[in-house]
Amino acid sequence: MLRHGSRSLFNRASASSMRWRRQFSTGLPAETAEDTKFVESWKKMNPNMDPPKTPSAYMKPRPPTPANIPSKLTVNLVLPYDSVLSSKEVDMVIVPATTGQMGVLPGHVATIAELKPGILSVHEGNDVTKYFLSSGFAFVHANSVADIIAIEATPVDRLDPNLVQKGLADFQQKLNTASTDVEKTEAQIGIDVHSALNAALTG
Amino acid sequence: MSSSAAQPFWRAAGMTYITYSNLCASLVRQCLKEPYRSEAVSREKVHFNVSKWVDGKPEKPTIRTDTPE
Repeated sequence: MLRHGSRSLFNRASASSMRWRRQFSTGLPAETAEDTKFVESWKKMNPNMDPPKTPSAYMKPRPPTPANIPSKLTVNLVLPYDSVLSSKEVDMVIVPATTGQMGVLPGHVATIAELKPGILSVHEGNDVTKYFLSSGFAFVHANSVADIIAIEATPVDRLDPNLVQKGLADFQQKLNTASTDVEKTEAQIGIDVHSALNAALTG
Repeated sequence: MSSSAAQPFWRAAGMTYITYSNLCASLVRQCLKEPYRSEAVSREKVHFNVSKWVDGKPEKPTIRTDTPE
């Protein structure tokens, strides 16, 4: 039925092409933008003009969730100044979420996790690469793509243990002498970050 | 619908997430080993110029900069 209509559908690109796309998508249908009632009443009023597109017609539909769980997880680790990992296929990543270390495997449920300062480990076969993240977010999408964003991510061997110990002692000192809320908060953040750095270096 | 859910300690003290995150990042940068540390410090430099407007006229701008003139 739709095949014959292809010539008349040529002019009404937006509405019908969305319908074509829905025909061929695999797995769950991605959300499409189409307002059939509006388009039909437009065509009744004004059959010679193309119906205008609404903002939702310009939105890309959500990538479809594959029917079978993929075998690899695609990871993107991005920083404001660099993309450390860009569509890398791995077996598993462990992210330092505020609720604890969270392992993400292919087929993981879609999740948004706020991260605390800690180690991100990327497992690929027998290789494990570890990065210390300063804090950020991890978005896991239903199609087994994980986006991890952080402001700083360094391999653990670039951290200096002496500076970490010194920083930890300094901030513990500052917490004892802090008087205002702001000072106490900054001292507490310093202690959290430095203890995480310490654990990363010794663990 | 907004419930007073348990807030992280920094938000309870009036700090925003961006401030918290930038603070964590600068603490991590200060613990890096030498060649990486100097590259990282350059990432923290800011240079900007703010002027308040009063009665349609700009006041004297305050310049905040880490780059030597």
